[in-house]
Amino acid sequence: MSYAQPHPRFSVLSSSSLSSADHTYVQSPTAASSTTRFSLPSVNTTPVSTTPKPPGARPSIYDRPLNKTRTAEVSASAFAFLFSEVVQYTQKRVAGINDLERRLNTLGYRIGTRVLELMVWRTESTSKAPKREIRFLQALMSIHTQVWRTCFGKPADGLEKSVENDDEYMIVDNDPPITRNISVPRDLSSLSCSSFTAGIVEAVLDGLGFPARVTAHNTPTSQYPGRTVILIKVEKSVLEREEALK
Amino acid sequence: MAIFGLWVINKAGGLVYQRNFAEGLAQLTSNEYLVLAGTLHGIHAITARLSPTGSSSGAQVIEGESFKLTILLTATGTKFVLLTSLTEMTADTVLQKVYEAYADAVMKNPFHTPEMPIRSEGFDTRITALIGSGQSS
Repeated sequence: MSYAQPHPRFSVLSSSSLSSADHTYVQSPTAASSTTRFSLPSVNTTPVSTTPKPPGARPSIYDRPLNKTRTAEVSASAFAFLFSEVVQYTQKRVAGINDLERRLNTLGYRIGTRVLELMVWRTESTSKAPKREIRFLQALMSIHTQVWRTCFGKPADGLEKSVENDDEYMIVDNDPPITRNISVPRDLSSLSCSSFTAGIVEAVLDGLGFPARVTAHNTPTSQYPGRTVILIKVEKSVLEREEALK
Repeated sequence: MAIFGLWVINKAGGLVYQRNFAEGLAQLTSNEYLVLAGTLHGIHAITARLSPTGSSSGAQVIEGESFKLTILLTATGTKFVLLTSLTEMTADTVLQKVYEAYADAVMKNPFHTPEMPIRSEGFDTRITALIGSGQSS
């Protein structure tokens, strides 16, 4: 396998966001001139405080303890506006629905890799017997419950196995929070913005060692107009390994 | 006690949403609605400048012999107008809830273009749940 090309998943990574913030502290001009112009140091120099942080500044997000934010929540409205912009931004740069869904999936994938890492780190530091899911069904259950709870604050509403194809599994969410305010116009009716969620699921499965192709589909019912199915099509190798592990 | 209709007027005076909920209103074409909304926008601008005691938010209620027109002006200049019967007391609270539905189902919807007519299924559903069904035009 050649790695000449960067992995397509990370093609949206921009280098501009990595620029470091420089903090330069300008000395007060009077203090500087008073010491260089005159040979005698002035008598009443007040000690200049050189604390680098302004008062009341919080430590950066990288310095805060990860476990403290375990139960922290973000504003659903703020996220809805952000996600709306994400969809608009993406829509301007694609040719069709498939392309749009693929890009949303890619963005979700980048979230998923981090979600998995964070969840593993947190269980490792709190649970006495942290364990890694090695069986596929258990991994699916943990996505259905734990990942959903981490991302959306509630478990998903259903986990089903396809009756037609035995390599297909479905996670059902009756009212996905991220698409709650989105009304897809008729000419795009097959578009599901939950492709973003599908990307998260795909990344978590990939990270656990269950490569799969994950897509999102609208399946509205009269009771739940926003009902969405996350369809997971696992690779053959995974099923073969499951057989061997039995 | 009845709510006849709801208009949403954008900050430039264009009618971006119009829906009737009860019989009794004069039947108008969509073009006539556009003209009336533009006129109301102008009247509102006049009332906002007429205040004798400094700045004013403009007309809030306009009453006729048989109906009442309640206007909610938002911070962004969008106006929500509710046409009700004279005895309807809930117009203000209904308008606040319409504003809330607008913020949720219209402004957070990536497929809505600001200042353009509202074609969002979610908004229709929320308004139906709030005021009741009716013929949408």
